[in-house]
Amino acid sequence: MSGLEFVNFYLIPGLVLGCIYAISAVGLSLLFGILRFANFAHGDMMSWGGYSALVAVTFLGIGPWASIPVAIVSTVALGLLVQRLFYGRLKGANSVVLLISGFGVALMIRAILYFLFGPTEVTYGLGIQRPFVWEGFRIQWRHMYFIGTAVAIVTALHLFLTRTRTGKAMRAMSDNPDLARITGIPTDRVVTVAWVIGASLTAVAGVFLAIDTQLSPLMGFNLLLPTFAAAILGGIGKPYGAIVGGLVIGLAEEMSSLPLIDGQPLLTPAYKTGVAFAILVAVLIVRPTGIFRSPQ
Amino acid sequence: MPLLDVRQVRGGYGESDILKGVDLAVEPGEIVVIIGPNGAGKSTLMKAVFGLVPLRFGIVAVDGEDITNAKPETHVRRGLSYVPQERNVFPSLTVQENLEMGAFARRDDWSAAMARVFEIFPPLAEKRGALAGSLSGGQRQMVAMGRALMQEPKLLMLDEPTAGLSPKFMDLIFDRVVAINRSGTAILMVEQNARQALAIAHRGYVLAMGQNRFTDTGRGILENPQVAEMFLGG
Repeated sequence: MSGLEFVNFYLIPGLVLGCIYAISAVGLSLLFGILRFANFAHGDMMSWGGYSALVAVTFLGIGPWASIPVAIVSTVALGLLVQRLFYGRLKGANSVVLLISGFGVALMIRAILYFLFGPTEVTYGLGIQRPFVWEGFRIQWRHMYFIGTAVAIVTALHLFLTRTRTGKAMRAMSDNPDLARITGIPTDRVVTVAWVIGASLTAVAGVFLAIDTQLSPLMGFNLLLPTFAAAILGGIGKPYGAIVGGLVIGLAEEMSSLPLIDGQPLLTPAYKTGVAFAILVAVLIVRPTGIFRSPQ
Repeated sequence: MPLLDVRQVRGGYGESDILKGVDLAVEPGEIVVIIGPNGAGKSTLMKAVFGLVPLRFGIVAVDGEDITNAKPETHVRRGLSYVPQERNVFPSLTVQENLEMGAFARRDDWSAAMARVFEIFPPLAEKRGALAGSLSGGQRQMVAMGRALMQEPKLLMLDEPTAGLSPKFMDLIFDRVVAINRSGTAILMVEQNARQALAIAHRGYVLAMGQNRFTDTGRGILENPQVAEMFLGG
């Protein structure tokens, strides 16, 4: 296998998948840090974002890229509603209750999507597009946009968390919610901001995934496992770790079918999703706090 | 009128009350120390004043205004700052960011307050860019107290500020408490090092089993033979 083939068929797809995982996992991890529980409806919120864009594409006649703001607004509204109706009321409940309520919310969202859009897979109708080719190196334009957006999101999030008052308050609350309250940080407002950011990232990941593959009510749920694997690998609650975690899982999944021995793939591509699961289990056994060291 | 006026408070975490009718007052500019054996309810009293433990009965008033069971956020706006005994810094934030968080409720310019904190605790100025989680116990206590001072409170509440510190840091913290008080901030402090604390206190309270046992000047309590025998170890 030539170096070019490796780049075109393994490295680029791995990076693209990794970027989608990373965007999704950052949202999950950020919300975990603030809410102190894992939102199991995260995957289905991603599907919700994807379908929101589909509605905009169908009824407003705009392209899927232009529909992203619509998906963001719709998913943020859903997130805030779920917080208001369910999670907010269960504040202080034990983690099993929150976990089950997360599953319940996930099933509700999925049921609504099945009811409105049916179980069949749909696309945004982008059609077949010519990739960018240069000296044998080839990449789809949409993949370049994905990677570019991921870089922009990470940069913006970093600046937000380290330079703004609200961003610092978010890190403070993630460190110690009780101390944040004593300090006079309005924790309810921080929760709202966390949902706005987390749900926005979820919507973007959902639309990207739908652009790259196809939309179905199960699309987001199928991404839940790699998203969790990415977030846990990076140390759940740590947004920066989730970025690295996402890239590692995405690359590992694509690299798992590298034809290293006798031209045969290491793993049949059908088992690709198993790679994320294997990494997840390994991390939980060896380093449950993630691959990065905590300051405390 | 007392700055902080606590009357006959009863309450606790669960079914049974830890506080069984406690009175406490802090006048503007005072250092008030609460001592007593383990389980007397000293820390619970501090938390209850700050709205972190529910009260079933009694009144907590600041400047004559009833704030019983109000949310902790509102206490900050009324000029109360509280430093818990443990987990009192944000470990993944830098020293400077910890101090900034202390000023979160302020809308005005707080740069003078930060300069003042660095004046009181010079080591923090050197460590301003370091993560609070990487600091020693004594330095962390300085960050925690600095954070509380950022809003220039009328009353600074300290829960065992010298617990677990080396004697060198203990002396330093007591010395700084006096310095902070001299600039006009009233102080309410729970302390295990009762003798040292009472020596700098204007007044002291001895709590036992959720009730007031003795109330006197700092010196008066130190010289009280009954207190000495029961609570100061002879």
